[in-house]
Order: sequence, then C-alpha cells, then structure tokens
Amino acid sequence: MQGFRRRMTAAPSTGQSLVIDAVTQRYGAFFAVDHVSLDIKAGELVALLGPSGCGKTTLLRIIAGFILQSEGHVVIGDRLMDGLPPNRREVGIVFQNYALFPHMTIADNIAYGLAARGVAADEQKTRVKDMLALIKLDHIADRFPKQLSGGQQQRVALARALAVKPNILLLDEPFAALDKNLRLDMQIEIKRIQRLAGTTAVLVTHDQEEALSMADRVAVLNAGRLEQYAPPTEVYDAPKSLFVNTFVGTANTLPGKVVALNGEATVALDIGGDIKTRAPTVPVAVGDRVTVCMRPEHLRLADSGEGIAGIVEMGLPLGPSIVHEVRTADGRALKVTEPRAAGAQPRAPGSAVRVRTVGANVISIFPAAAA
Amino acid sequence: MAATPTTQNLPTVTAYELKLAWPLGAFFIVFFLAPLVLLFIVSLYTDTTMTHFGLTQYAKFLLDPFSLKVLGATLWLGVEVTALCLLLGFPLAYVYLRVPGWAQSVLILIVLLPLLTSVVVRTFAWIVILGRQGIINTALLELGLIDSPLRLLYTEGGVIVALAQVQMPLMVLPLITALTRIDPNLADASAALGAGAWRTFWKVTLPLTLPGVIAGCLLTYAAALSAFITQTLVGGGQMLFMPMYLYQQASTLNNWPFAAAISFIFLVAVFAVITVFNMLGKISQGYANA
Repeated sequence: MQGFRRRMTAAPSTGQSLVIDAVTQRYGAFFAVDHVSLDIKAGELVALLGPSGCGKTTLLRIIAGFILQSEGHVVIGDRLMDGLPPNRREVGIVFQNYALFPHMTIADNIAYGLAARGVAADEQKTRVKDMLALIKLDHIADRFPKQLSGGQQQRVALARALAVKPNILLLDEPFAALDKNLRLDMQIEIKRIQRLAGTTAVLVTHDQEEALSMADRVAVLNAGRLEQYAPPTEVYDAPKSLFVNTFVGTANTLPGKVVALNGEATVALDIGGDIKTRAPTVPVAVGDRVTVCMRPEHLRLADSGEGIAGIVEMGLPLGPSIVHEVRTADGRALKVTEPRAAGAQPRAPGSAVRVRTVGANVISIFPAAAA
Repeated sequence: MAATPTTQNLPTVTAYELKLAWPLGAFFIVFFLAPLVLLFIVSLYTDTTMTHFGLTQYAKFLLDPFSLKVLGATLWLGVEVTALCLLLGFPLAYVYLRVPGWAQSVLILIVLLPLLTSVVVRTFAWIVILGRQGIINTALLELGLIDSPLRLLYTEGGVIVALAQVQMPLMVLPLITALTRIDPNLADASAALGAGAWRTFWKVTLPLTLPGVIAGCLLTYAAALSAFITQTLVGGGQMLFMPMYLYQQASTLNNWPFAAAISFIFLVAVFAVITVFNMLGKISQGYANA
C-alpha cells in the first residue's frame, strides 16, 4: 500500500484524455452507434448510460479495439487508435463477468498483463503486491478465482486491469452481478481506487443511480445516438430530451399545447388547466403540441384550489417520504412524492385532490412526438 | 474447496441411479465380464488342448522378442495416430468456433462422415487412393513429379493416415466441447492486457482446453489400437499388430490359451497407458470447472 501510494503521488495521474469523434458503427442499414462524439478529460470518470441495445457496449468495444468502427476516430492522449489491435491500446477492461483466468491464482491473474508487456520478474512481484494491497486481498494471493466471492473477484479484475497502468480503464456493467448491498460498497471502492490511481475511466451501465452516483459526467445514449452529455445533476435537473427526462429518474408526462412563451412557457393541458414551465431546451412555438414532464418530487397535493384534479388511488409511506398515485380525469396516473412529517399518514384511497407543481423552473416541456 | 451451493442443494439420487443402472449392468456382466473371466481362465492353460494350468503362456509372450515387438509397434501406432489426430484436429476445432453457423454444419458433417461409412467400404477407398495405380500415384505420375509409383499402401504411414481419418471425430468433438466452454471474454481480457494471439493461445486457450485434449486422445488411442480391419487391409501382411496377432493365434493356429494370454497382456498394456492419460486428465480437471 505504502509503495503504491508513493508512486501514485509521484505521478498523480496515469490517465490520458479520450476523444471519441463522430464514431459510427453500422450493421447494414442499422446504426448500433450513430455519430457519437465525446470528449473525456484525463482522470475523469464518464458513464455511458442507456437501455440495452442503445449502443453503449458497442462503443466500449470500439474504444477497446475489439470492434473497428465504420466511421469516426478514437484518440487516446494524442495517439490515434484507429486500426490498432486491443493489445496495443494500453486500455484496461473490467468485464461484467470479470473474465478472470480460472486456471491461474489471483496473483498470476494480476501479473498476466505485466508478463505480457515483458516487465521484469521482480518488478512484476512488487507491482502485484501493491495491487493486492490496494484491493485488500493480499492475504489470499494464492487462491483461485472460483474460491473468491463476487465482490472479491471484481476487485481482482480491477487490480488486473490497473496493474499495467492503462491509459483508459473501461468498466463494462461491472456491478450487474453483485447484490444490492455489495454493489454500493463496490461502487465506492472502485471510485476510490480510480481516484487514487488517477485513471481515466469509462463506465457502461443501464443503472441510472449507478451512473449518477459514480460519474463525473454522464453520457445518455438512446438508439445509438448521444442524447445528453453533462454532469449528473445537470442530466437530472435539466434533461435535454424527453428520453433523458423519462429514462433518468422518473417523470410524469402530460400532453398539452403551448399557449405562451416569455422566458418561461405556459402550456394548456389536454385535461384542462394551464401549467407554467421553464423555457424549453428544444425550440417550440406557440400553438405547438408538447409533452410536459414533471418529476414526482416536484409535485404537491392539496385538498382543493388550483391544480390538476384527481383521485388518490394509493398512498405509500416510504419513511422519509410519502408516494401517492393519483388518477386524473382522463385516466392517467401521476406519481407524487412528498416529504413526510413525523406521524403523517397517506391520504385515503378515493379522496379527491389537486396536484400542483412546486415551481415552473423544475418542469420541462419537449415537442410531442410527431404521430 | 467446498462444493458450490448448487451441488449442495441437489437431492441425493444415488438410489435411483443404482436401480436404473441394473439392466445395463446385467448386460455387461453377462456379455462382457463373464467372457472376460472365461478368457482369463483359458489363458492360464499351458497347452493347446487345455488340460494343465500354469503361467507358461504369459512367460512365452513376455520372453519372446517378436511378441514384444508386436506389442510395442501396436502401442506406438496408437501414439502416432493420436498425435496426428491432435495435430489436425485442434486447428479444425479452433476454426469451427470461428465460422458462421452454416459452415459449422458442413464441418461437422465432414468430420462425422467417416463414422457414417461402413468400415470395409472406407478401408477399400483408402486402398484405391493409396495403391500403386491409385489416385495419388496416378496424379503424381501424370504431373511428372515422380518416375515410378510410390509405395504408399502397406506402409505404416498409410495405416496412420487411414486410422487418423476414421478416429478424427473422436478427437474433434471433445475438443469442440472444451473450446466452447471457454468464456470468450477471456481472450478479450488477455488481448486488452497486452497479450498477442500466440500468448493468449498458449497461456489461456490451450490450458483451458486440456480436459478436452485428454478426452480426445484417450478415445482416439483406444480406437486406433483395436482397429483390426483398417490395420490389416491398409497395413497388409508385412505389418503385424496385436489384434491380427491374436486373431492368427486363435483362428489359424487354434492356440486358444496363447491368444487369450495375448489379449490379457494387450488389455493390461492399454490399461496402463490409459491410466497415465487419465491422471493427466485429473491434473488438468481443475482448469475446466471455472
């Protein structure tokens, strides 16, 4: 550990910048990755977030060199990677199933990349020792992967990838196989190790919480296209598209028509009533049909007065908050999450309520899909 | 290492297994074990009329340089056939995993074809190919590469090639199974760690395929040793291997006790070779249960 720290402080950042320039991967007429451009700074942890089939894994494999992209460029540091095989890219990968070599001890697993690079035997030994200390598994260096728990295997996979001091660390859904409690521990652990090693990291995940909690910046992908590339809070608070708004976090959606635009927007909802929203991120004109997106925690219930009329279907007291599901006149369900005061009980099913927003600046509108 | 939870949770099925194994067990006892015991008793007679007991037949074989040479040649033939099968079969299995589905079907059909053909037909086909006026010699003569026909038939090389063709499926199928079980991510992980294709093959793919290699070698070896028809027809009269040797003693010379003793010595010799193979298999077993 000491030795590793010393080396790390001497060279604080081993990571390199990564530029993905209009990378496209085509299979016939199908675009797995469609002109995606990302600029990742040295030492940054970027999450590629999206549903399955959005192209995030394909993009990861392109960065690693397992797939040669149809178009575009990958640049690591100041080196153009196009056409370079994986073994010459100085990129480390942690696979979803860890892909540890089952016939080697964990020490040999970690030494594998060092041996492949022709690192001298005693230097290999020191480096393996440092890495084992870093992942706190030095007491079981001689065990085989199958004798380890999932979390331990993952740490070995991480150590194996980091032992060769890669320019870029790629993490392919590394937490998917772990149970929930262990997952959070490992997320913190990996973030700690990544910071300590100063490695640039790309994390592929379909889990929005994981992306938001771990990444410095999140790239949201949908159907091969980049929807938004921003810090986690910005992705959550100011989603750039309807997809981002509904995929990251939850959102209630209501159709309506824009009736006024002056800094903020006013939308006449189809179920009646006007609602004020923040200025649209995608240009819309007065009279356009739009989808209004409201996050549950930005809504409040009232007994009467202004707001969208509805009937409480269900109330769930979740400890710090209460979630109500409210059915509107046209049959839509709205989720409302309110902070819960001590002793507060959920409203009885069937009671008539009004749903209000906490302010126009947290409500987004997007042009309604042309259909 | 403790068993994995899945195996721990399985119900004990030994009782069922034993009951269900009875018909096959009985079949083996009547038609395999009993004849074997009879054979052993026959081998203990000292004379062809089977009146006196003694170990003279075994002594006769083990002290006779000619008999030992036949045994050695047979065991060595098995090694050569197995080596050739492995040499040709491994690349084939390796290619099999990397070609599209339709090509896999074609490859498997080609590999299995020898098994689907009658052994006699197949062997005469080899005679047609390897003979003095055979396809190879005719082609080479026409091309002007040779002046007189090569001696291909009735040579050890001919026997090895013909046997390797027949035994190929026994080698290739276990290899394909073993290669299929290797996580494709392992090769990717190896490449990402900076290893080239050869290093990945020697350090990852080959060690993890060893159980399949052992199984394939075992099957090929056992089958090559006892391939009576191919050995005899392609090998001709000049080459004598154990199956033909004991056939001559039993059918031509009516020396049943000596033939029985040859059988038993052959059995023990093959058993010894297979035990060594099996031990190697046990050692490599740990690799497979990833």
